Amino acid sequence: MATQTLSTAPAPAGGDAHLKVRRRGPIAWARQHVLLVVTFLVFVFMLLPNGVILWMSFNSPEGKFNYTWHKFSLDAWKNPCSSSTMCHSIGLSLEIGVVATILATILGTMIAFAMVRHRFRARSGINALLFLPMAAPEVVMGATLAALFFNTIGPGAMGFWTITIAHVMFCISYVVVTVKSRLAGMDPTLERAAQDLYATPTQTFMKVTLPLVAPGIGAAALLAFAISIDDYIITVFTAGNSETFPMYIFGSVQRAYPAQIDVIGSLMLLGTMAVIAVSQVLNQMRAARKK
Amino acid sequence: MSSHDVLGRTEGGDLRLVGLTKRYGSFTAVDDLSLTIPQGSFFALLGASGCGKTTTLRMISGLEDPTVGQIFLGEQEVTDLKPYRRPVNTVFQNYALFPHLDIFENVAFGLRRRGVKDVKKSVTDMLDLVELGHLAKRKPTQLSGGQQQRIALARALINQPQVLLLDEPLGALDLKLRRQMQIELKRIQTEVGLTFVHVTHDQEEAMTMADTIAVMNHGRIEQLGSPADLYENPATTFVANFLGQSNLIPASVEGEKDGVVSVSAHGQQLKVDTKRCRSTSGKIILGVRPEKVQIATDRGEVPDGHNALVGGKVVDTSFIGVSTQYLVQMPSGEELSVFEQNTGRAIQRPGAEVVVYWDPSQGFGLEGSQDIEAGAEADEEAAA
Repeated sequence: MATQTLSTAPAPAGGDAHLKVRRRGPIAWARQHVLLVVTFLVFVFMLLPNGVILWMSFNSPEGKFNYTWHKFSLDAWKNPCSSSTMCHSIGLSLEIGVVATILATILGTMIAFAMVRHRFRARSGINALLFLPMAAPEVVMGATLAALFFNTIGPGAMGFWTITIAHVMFCISYVVVTVKSRLAGMDPTLERAAQDLYATPTQTFMKVTLPLVAPGIGAAALLAFAISIDDYIITVFTAGNSETFPMYIFGSVQRAYPAQIDVIGSLMLLGTMAVIAVSQVLNQMRAARKK
Repeated sequence: MSSHDVLGRTEGGDLRLVGLTKRYGSFTAVDDLSLTIPQGSFFALLGASGCGKTTTLRMISGLEDPTVGQIFLGEQEVTDLKPYRRPVNTVFQNYALFPHLDIFENVAFGLRRRGVKDVKKSVTDMLDLVELGHLAKRKPTQLSGGQQQRIALARALINQPQVLLLDEPLGALDLKLRRQMQIELKRIQTEVGLTFVHVTHDQEEAMTMADTIAVMNHGRIEQLGSPADLYENPATTFVANFLGQSNLIPASVEGEKDGVVSVSAHGQQLKVDTKRCRSTSGKIILGVRPEKVQIATDRGEVPDGHNALVGGKVVDTSFIGVSTQYLVQMPSGEELSVFEQNTGRAIQRPGAEVVVYWDPSQGFGLEGSQDIEAGAEADEEAAA
């Protein structure tokens, strides 16, 4: 608006002609908005599979496999738990995800503090070890863990806890890396300033360190949860007779692929988007109140 | 006034450092420092980076433990007190405002930690003192450097510490703002009457604000005194070069009579007051500030009784407006600086043959065995 006023004000007669020249056809428009166009295309590329899932969740499949569009139906949405094994597996995945996230976040945060704040002999060795779960092939890790659990507690006892232990193990690495980078970016003078301003070590941690590192810890927890909930390979090796949601989907591909899987997928997508939208709105409201 | 408050501190009292030493491995950052800073004074620790001034400050605040030595606040020894138990607050070099708290909460931080319930009035008053009351609800990142600096000051002052430590507080500000804040700081110090200990590498800043300056070098105090005293009577070549500029000429004493020492430098006879000489026998270093030196084209222009050095040649002339700065090369090869006030005299161009002269009472004599260049590099580094 401002540029138009500026360009038309000195020569009102020529201004319109100038604008007409600029707006000529969609190609010219696209050329002027390259960034916008590219951004839009990238979003389409990323969101298309999600769109397909949402679309297919309203399908009424002809046979057992919901792979091709047949006709519109709300059946799957009305009855998402038609298969009790599926809903049970979702419950198990969520439980494991929550427990593994909590444990990995607490342990990983403590490790990150130790690594950043203290110089000790085994520090570089531990650093390398922490990267191992990220670098090692999952199949190898899974097989190794299976062998470990087979030979210690036996296959019969494997299930929720063995999966959780395995998930905590590989989630910790991600938590440490995330929290560490946040901690390393924190100005150490802030803690000195807090002490200088009569804060005891505990108060310094609670009032300054923790609030400043919290976004990093939050991000680490979300990352851990996301990695845990969709892990398949290591989970298969450590699950015993239990079945998580990713295992259910992999297994069902061979027997049947109900539209309910797409419903669950859509719910996860919509749930995530809702969380993001709410946090955005809250942020904007907070910013508005400040002014 | 009560004699004790919640922190168990006694009202008033000088800050005393006794034999304070800090070693990191084999490196001695602060070397047997003893110092008394009177209550209510504005004291500056001046030195180049790495001279131990910041380490000294941190030991006073408690953020660093001395290897040896004691720190007293009035009668109370605070050497082993944790930083959060000391009635001392710091304004940090990078301000260190808490980014997650707004300005009000930043300033209230110290009071809240000490369990003060009603902080609103104190915080508002303090924000008014630094003239930033309208920014109470902002976050630190929304403030300019100068504003953050004032908030850092307010956050420390609100606790009414016995000693306020300032660690290069103006280092991050641009020149104009720095001048403004120097005056502001001085005003606030006079208003609140607290002891300010100010660490800086900027000699001008130290001279503008401080009552007393301690020039530090290699973990020791080179000289302590008022700004005028340090400038007029430097005790060492380091101080002479670091604090302002000096022309330093190696000379040998030929005799002393009626409070005046006669010396010879490069075969020319010069005089200096005995009371301004640190050494009056053998080799000495004769010093004179560039603005005390004048320039003449002919020996005859030099007033009687003045020190004169003949055979100089102008090698550089910079006209600054208020003054002209000359660099004059002597036959011995050494270069002398001359700052001549703009009184309308003709400007000498490079190449001109000149005589430099000065009133003997304006010179000073230093002990002759020192490094004549000491402090000159440190000064350049500090200026950079």
